[in-house]
Amino acid sequence: MEKKGLTNKERLAIPPQKMPEQPPHERIGNVNEVPYGYSEELALAEAARCLQCKNAPCVKGCPVAIDIPAFITSISEKNYRASINKIKETSVLPAVCGRVCPQEEQCQDPCTVGKSLKSVDKAVQIGKLERFVADWEMNQSQAEVPVIKPETGKKIAIIGCGPAGITVAADCRREGHRVTVFEALHKTGGVLMYGIPEFRLPKRIVARDVDNLIRMGVEIRTNMVVGKIATIDELMEQGYDAVFVGTGAGLPVFLNIPGENLNGVYSANEYLTRANLMQAYSFPDTDTPIMRAKNVAVFGGGNVAMDSARTALRLKADNVYLIYRRSRDEMPARKEEVHHAEEEGVQMKLLQNPVRFIGNDRGWVTAVECLRMELGEPDDSGRRRPVPVKGSEFTLPVDACIVAIGNASNPLIPHTTPDIQTNKWGNIIADPETLKTTKKGVFAGGDIVLGAATVILAMGQGRNAAKAINEYLATGVW
Amino acid sequence: MNTILENEFLSPQVFRMKVETPEIARKRKAGQFIILRTCDTGERIPLTIADADPAAGWIELVVQVVGKTTESLSKLGPGESICDLAGPLGRPTHIEKLGTVVMVGGGIGIAPAHPIAQAMKAAGNRVISILGGRTKELVIMEDRMRAASDEVIITTDDGSYGAKGLVTDAIQKLIDEGRKIDLVIAIGPPVMMKFVSLLTKKYNIHTLVSLNTIMVDGTGMCGGCRVTVGDTSKFVCVDGPEFDGHQVNFDEMIMRLAMYRDQEKESYDHHCKIRPLPNN
Repeated sequence: MEKKGLTNKERLAIPPQKMPEQPPHERIGNVNEVPYGYSEELALAEAARCLQCKNAPCVKGCPVAIDIPAFITSISEKNYRASINKIKETSVLPAVCGRVCPQEEQCQDPCTVGKSLKSVDKAVQIGKLERFVADWEMNQSQAEVPVIKPETGKKIAIIGCGPAGITVAADCRREGHRVTVFEALHKTGGVLMYGIPEFRLPKRIVARDVDNLIRMGVEIRTNMVVGKIATIDELMEQGYDAVFVGTGAGLPVFLNIPGENLNGVYSANEYLTRANLMQAYSFPDTDTPIMRAKNVAVFGGGNVAMDSARTALRLKADNVYLIYRRSRDEMPARKEEVHHAEEEGVQMKLLQNPVRFIGNDRGWVTAVECLRMELGEPDDSGRRRPVPVKGSEFTLPVDACIVAIGNASNPLIPHTTPDIQTNKWGNIIADPETLKTTKKGVFAGGDIVLGAATVILAMGQGRNAAKAINEYLATGVW
Repeated sequence: MNTILENEFLSPQVFRMKVETPEIARKRKAGQFIILRTCDTGERIPLTIADADPAAGWIELVVQVVGKTTESLSKLGPGESICDLAGPLGRPTHIEKLGTVVMVGGGIGIAPAHPIAQAMKAAGNRVISILGGRTKELVIMEDRMRAASDEVIITTDDGSYGAKGLVTDAIQKLIDEGRKIDLVIAIGPPVMMKFVSLLTKKYNIHTLVSLNTIMVDGTGMCGGCRVTVGDTSKFVCVDGPEFDGHQVNFDEMIMRLAMYRDQEKESYDHHCKIRPLPNN
């Protein structure tokens, strides 16, 4: 398909290419990935939609500033090796980001094609193209290891092997520093491994990207709970020249309403950790159990709530209710995920809020009492504040509940390293440019600084932190 | 890494295992625990550190076979290793000189009581240890508890060893004798800790209990181990495992421990269809 000679008008006339995906009734019976990805033909058709704008507004929308027009040009030329290498100059997790980034709010939001066609949904499908070349490389025998500069003899400790830590590890290792990543869990990847379900992000993809770090010479130590096995001060005494804290926002927020400790009430973190990290999907072939509930209520309207609801369906629930206190327009989840959840049969219960859990005499949840809400004046976040409707209480029979109303930052590092300052939410205070904390030699980034945010924003912070760490190690200037 | 140095059965269902893990051995303090996983399809389970030698680089675990994972752990011999071992986790016991400390260990709970008794004695306390079991063979580590204590009292439910009765009977006897008790630390089955707490509350004796709830990560990220203490929900893995026994909602905790009982049996039967699940 030769598209080189196309005019802009012709390019704009090509419709956005859809990714084929598993039909809903089939996919809730397995944990395989929902979209199959682009075929070569679809990828070439989509790549032909890019206008190659000189000012490339898409690049400004990408938190790690991938050269998007360049990688798309290489796809059009069928030079997939060049395309993926172009992405990897700035991103270490293309297969992950192509799948889980909210592109509609980032690179695809300012896309000229989308603007011309007056819909962000009609923008060039940059994420799907990124995924196409990342998957292409994964199907090759082995990914190319980036060039590593000569050894500098400097040592960097990275705490947390999530998206932020992985990015810093790659960027600092490229510079020739010795990098050790300390991970508390037994597997690497952070939220990519324990949080985002297999059907959105296959775990072999995460493992493969982390494996590339190891091939670059990064040392990864799992089962290391920094703060317990060693404090940051002790790591520095052991000879680390710089430390990066990327411990994320892994502290579950509960509703704090009566009955929350009844059996069957989970935090989304626990539910998803059991399902994903511990592979409870495969119980009893794996050893970690998870409740196989019939009627499940999920509280929240973000991606974690969608992931929990869709996981419950795959664990054979008959009814999964998603209870959200605002309306659909305010839902922070990606539109695509809300759409997938509805297609699969998740029942949206909007403008409702739980007030208490009701249990039986053996301590199991049997119902949740909710209130209807209406939208009032906008609050600090600019979203209209939900206000309870008096006397609107009703009960919903359930045998499992999953609380997905947010996460707070993990307090372990701030507690054990008092000279690292935090704000009132417990997030580590770091310079937005350099990610330097209040403690000399210690940098921090990702959700531990931002609060619960996105994979790509964590990577963007990691990128900036790595640049600052490399500078600090080269000059010694704090 | 995590190589098993010794593994021997102390009673038909309880085994003692020494594991080489120099960093944890160096860092751990009395009252802390580890999380382990025996194999790649395995679950994560918490176990209290019963003893450690920082110089030799090992920790000791004392484990009761109650299901699939503890059973497969019991079968690992010297030279074999544990797939994943993370620790030390939880807050250490606050050790200070208080006067007289009564350490109550019930069954397998004697093992985690041991390092605390050692530390309390080393801090200059008079340590009275009460070791309880359903029957004689479940009273473990007697000689080591004697070495860590000034006085040892043994009780068995069936009277097969020591005094016939429960650990609470022994505590009541100390109180009736007019013995001054500054602190009680109780570790064992939840029901035992509940009744020790109910008894000492009557006499206003400060009591700490070490809770053994269901855990997954053990680092504070899931809340599976949460328990109501006073008016608030606490995470046992990071806020505990020790709490004021007079504040703990034991009935809720006991119900939460039963959450996966059917699946625990299913898992055991799935892996091992020959032997029935031992009673505990």
